[in-house]
Amino acid sequence: MKQVMSNKLIIAMYTLPALILILALVYVPIVMTGYYGLMEWDGIGAKTFIGLENYIGLMQDAKFWDSAYHSFLLAAFSTLSLVGYLVISLVLANKLKGSELLRKIYLIPMLLSSVAIAQLWLKIYDPNNGMLNSLLEIFGVENTPTWLADPKLVLISIFIAIIWQYAGFYIIIYSAALKGIPESLVEAARIDGANPIQIAYKVKLPLIAGVIKVTIVLAIVGSLKYFDLIYVMTGGGPNGASEVLASYMYKEAFASYNFGYGSAVGFALLVICLIITWLVRKLTASNEEIQY
Amino acid sequence: MTKSNSSLKTKNKSYNNSLGNRIGLGLLYLVLGAVALFQIYPLVWLFFFSLKTNAEVFGTSPFALPKDPQWGNYLKAWVDGGVGAYFFNSVWVTVTAVILTVLFASFVTFAITRMDWKLNKLVLGLFMVGLMVPIHSALIPLFSFFLDLNLIDHPLSIILTYTAYNLPITIMILLGFYYTLPREVEEAAVMDGCSVHRIFFQITLPMTMPVISTTAIINMIYNWNEFVFVNTFISSDKYKTLTVGIQNFIGQYLTDWGAIGATLMISIIPVLIAFFILSNRIVDGIAAGSVKG
Repeated sequence: MKQVMSNKLIIAMYTLPALILILALVYVPIVMTGYYGLMEWDGIGAKTFIGLENYIGLMQDAKFWDSAYHSFLLAAFSTLSLVGYLVISLVLANKLKGSELLRKIYLIPMLLSSVAIAQLWLKIYDPNNGMLNSLLEIFGVENTPTWLADPKLVLISIFIAIIWQYAGFYIIIYSAALKGIPESLVEAARIDGANPIQIAYKVKLPLIAGVIKVTIVLAIVGSLKYFDLIYVMTGGGPNGASEVLASYMYKEAFASYNFGYGSAVGFALLVICLIITWLVRKLTASNEEIQY
Repeated sequence: MTKSNSSLKTKNKSYNNSLGNRIGLGLLYLVLGAVALFQIYPLVWLFFFSLKTNAEVFGTSPFALPKDPQWGNYLKAWVDGGVGAYFFNSVWVTVTAVILTVLFASFVTFAITRMDWKLNKLVLGLFMVGLMVPIHSALIPLFSFFLDLNLIDHPLSIILTYTAYNLPITIMILLGFYYTLPREVEEAAVMDGCSVHRIFFQITLPMTMPVISTTAIINMIYNWNEFVFVNTFISSDKYKTLTVGIQNFIGQYLTDWGAIGATLMISIIPVLIAFFILSNRIVDGIAAGSVKG
């Protein structure tokens, strides 16, 4: 048994295809990003080594900090919205009739491409023929907003589309975690006289703390990586009001051909993602895995 | 003690049936229903305007039903707009990448969970950390790498990238299933002198079919919807997939809402059909792919 199952050749055959792909297309590139950040490079011609110039430039680049600020705002909004998803999941977990169906309906937008979602919401926000402004006009609102063309409203407008896209995803995750709670614990609390809100708050929430931690990381890192929807909806506009880290990197590289500088932005994005992942896990590490 | 418990129980029961509680439940459903409406109505609205003429879109209320359904919008998108070609590109790129991902991921998961070697934890860790890598941080080197290999504007570039970037989540979902799978059958096969390949292909793969279909459907949806890699690596129309193709199409037909709506509907219909048939698998896949993290 042992001999057959420790055949080195077969282990190599089974692991190498995937290993080569992930090393060549995931790990080597993220290291190279940091390296290309040290270059001045238009993407096609020769690279010139310029040391830390790009990274120093980054620190003084107001556009970079604006993009980072917008990314962090989205991350903060996304994390806050988790509370809403959690409440809905807790409500649905109370053996409500139709909760399976509702959960599935909530999930549908998540399955669509960000491009299709962006195009759909462009139409919803259309100042003249869009659904939203027509709805507001029915309620007698004059001077309806221009949404995506308004620098003050653009981020929040995009964020509403993001909620639409991701609500079902988080509700499914929370619901799966809540289903894993043994019925006997909830029953015991009920017999002790706890009402549904107390059960949710004092029994269920602590038991799914680990999953909540995972979703916080997902929401923050996911927001920092956010690109498709914003790229299609606004392209970072108007006037940079919705530029985020990923879209700024993309523009620098593939529109302005500053591949060196774009790489520096990409590397900063990676470092920020890793630091935040580590930080969130560290900050929420207090209540370790709970055994039931 | 028992007495107070039972009295509490009866109190609870009467509380459950009270009028106030019923109103509360009604309100709850109202809120949950409103959320469902918010999630679903934009798609209904999209379907309606995909069947409207421009005169209807610009002249009548956006909430009106299409007067005379313009199925011609779909024909215009599919034929004139070339969406049909993008559609088939999406199909074969998606399917090829899914097969590669599931096969390679199954190989690795089998080697990690069933075979004896020292580095298996390290290799597993490598795949799991891959979940956290933001694709944008790898985009420029990937572009330059494919440029050097002459694979820019070649479908292989996106197929390989999709496979690589979907491996971590796929392995993660497979892993949970492999760990719970009894090993007796495989052990007996080894005793009978079965080769590792036969065990993998004739015993393990068939036994893991349920989780393979879960990962396949999740992968399919990811690949079908992917945008950045196609947008960056592919420039000729003949290789573009739907996500980038509809961007093209919409750029050309900017003011033709009916045709735009039809294009968007065409791009989302396959996913919706998959969802209606396989919603439980999709839900399982999403839950398995994140809860264990």
